[in-house]
Amino acid sequence: MKIGKKSVLKFIVPGFAGLCAFSIIAIVAVLILVLLINGLPDISWKFLTSAPEQGMTSGGIFPAIIGTFFLVLLMSIIGVPVGTITALYLSEYVYQGSTVVKVIRFAVNTLAGIPSIVYGLFGLGFFVQFIGLGMDKILYGNAIVKWGQPNILWASLTMAVLTLPVVIVSVEEAIRTVPRELREASLALGATRWETILKIVLPGCSTGIMTGAILAISRGAGEVAPILFTGAAYFLPHLPSSFSDQFMNLGYHIYIMSTQSPDVDATRGIQYATTLVLLLLTFSFNIAAVMVRSKMRKKLV
Amino acid sequence: MRDELQLNTELVKDSRGIESPLSSNQIALPVKNRGDGNIIIEKKTFRPVEFIIERFLQIISFFSLACIILIFTFVFREAASIFFAKEDVMEESVEPSETYGEEALGEQIPVENIVMKEEVQKTSIIRSISGAKWVPVSRHPQFGILPLLLGSINVALLAILIAAPISIFASLYTTTFAPKPVKEIVKPVVEILAGFPSVVIGFFALIIIASLVQIIFGLQYRLNAFVGAIALSLAIIPVIFTISEDALNAVPRSYIEASLALGAQKWETALFVVLPSAIPGIFAAVLLGIGRAVGETMIVLMATGNAALATLNPFSPVRTMAATIGAEMAEVVFGDIHYSVLFFIGVVLFIISFLLNLTAETVVRKLVMRRYS
Repeated sequence: MKIGKKSVLKFIVPGFAGLCAFSIIAIVAVLILVLLINGLPDISWKFLTSAPEQGMTSGGIFPAIIGTFFLVLLMSIIGVPVGTITALYLSEYVYQGSTVVKVIRFAVNTLAGIPSIVYGLFGLGFFVQFIGLGMDKILYGNAIVKWGQPNILWASLTMAVLTLPVVIVSVEEAIRTVPRELREASLALGATRWETILKIVLPGCSTGIMTGAILAISRGAGEVAPILFTGAAYFLPHLPSSFSDQFMNLGYHIYIMSTQSPDVDATRGIQYATTLVLLLLTFSFNIAAVMVRSKMRKKLV
Repeated sequence: MRDELQLNTELVKDSRGIESPLSSNQIALPVKNRGDGNIIIEKKTFRPVEFIIERFLQIISFFSLACIILIFTFVFREAASIFFAKEDVMEESVEPSETYGEEALGEQIPVENIVMKEEVQKTSIIRSISGAKWVPVSRHPQFGILPLLLGSINVALLAILIAAPISIFASLYTTTFAPKPVKEIVKPVVEILAGFPSVVIGFFALIIIASLVQIIFGLQYRLNAFVGAIALSLAIIPVIFTISEDALNAVPRSYIEASLALGAQKWETALFVVLPSAIPGIFAAVLLGIGRAVGETMIVLMATGNAALATLNPFSPVRTMAATIGAEMAEVVFGDIHYSVLFFIGVVLFIISFLLNLTAETVVRKLVMRRYS
């Protein structure tokens, strides 16, 4: 009896575990297939390069693509250097195990765990209300509200803070792949610490910085919650031309089209196509990051 | 020359023990031998450029710490007006009494009244927050966050009940049972899933999952907590899978070999040796999964129906805390009570996720240290 039970379990346990793993693969496959089948027919060159028409019931998603592009561009210009410098300081300048390292690392971990909607609140409370309105008060004496309203600059800054942990973690990982001997040799030859970082460490971890930037961009392109009230617009007839303009965003466009638009069913095709475009975008970024990273790991071995 | 070099290294060692020379400030201690037997150690040359660069890097690297403090300060600041009397409102009501001059005496009673009204309003806000109804836009708005809290718990709990077993067993499969080619497929697929923007999962739930669930269970409402939970589980499966896989991989090889040597079968080893040894890591994975589930906005916003009902019924439409902020913040008047209450919900979310992360980290560290030390 006991033996029989065991021989059954021998197949059941791995079988069940395998089923769980398989179900993850299956659901991902279904997700991608559904989006591909329903989205592909509506994607065309015109769809990608024209603006929404007739109250967003037809036309393309060009402004949303451009808005997303500028958002992630600004975000990475701000976030990537800060993240890289933090990682450099943590691993090159201070003792591992010192209080400074512990405190900053704790801060980074906490940042990574905060829900994205709280970042949105932060962006609204700090950037828009505090800094923006403060700038208006100083520059224009409260005569006009230029900066004290949601815009692309505040949204990018919010997103930069959100993606900071991503950059820090991957740059730190890359710094660890730079051999210690190289640094010691550089120092022994009389280079100062900063010269060593500039000439030895930074070139050695450039792939890591790139991975971090790509992952951050992929995350930033997909997140919607932080920009809900820091700059994303429902519909804009023109493209953003200055930092104080609002912008359209792919993810926000999907949300708006599928839940808030007057005739949701009529625009199903556009919704699927927009979702597919966003998915392909984040997808290609992720794959690029994986490829760059595997190159880096090969170098390590 | 040789003497000098030897002295040099000795001094370096003496001054700082046997740490790695890399992070020291005294890498190259210049030693001068005067020839009369006295050795003078020159102080490290002060390099202004190096100094400025180091300080600059230091300041920037404290940026993330500053962000945490700023996030807490500013989210809390906007929420704080619920608890503290609004000064500007009182100032406005005092001002007219000055302009009226002689009538100021007669004006004082209304001013007190206004202050009292403020007090009443303040206590009523706090009472209303702890209430059981969320009706923010009406003549008598009520801001009870209980339904929202229950909504968040409802969806997050369901999501974790779906996601945790699947991802834990899947990670057990890839670490112990799976042949290498299968492993090579599962891991990238999970990474792909992790890269899915939440709005894409939300859209999928809104259109496909909702219809399926409605047909299978014959439900009245298309969007409900269960649909949201299924979608949410897609977002947290990668989180739990990755961390619990790391934990399972960290189980010492010797445990497995000992178990196999004692005659245990592969499944027995996996279930009774590998899995229990990795419990702290798996626990942390589940905690972080809960944190993600509570904080996730777009998926629940799109898939749970957003009706603020105080219920734990899985098939009822619910409204979570995060979704409430996402849905209502854009339409609210700045500085309004509603605005402050939404920020207050943000503070609650911040604290919940902070505590979950903290517990996950400390629990793991403690348990792991006890186990392997």
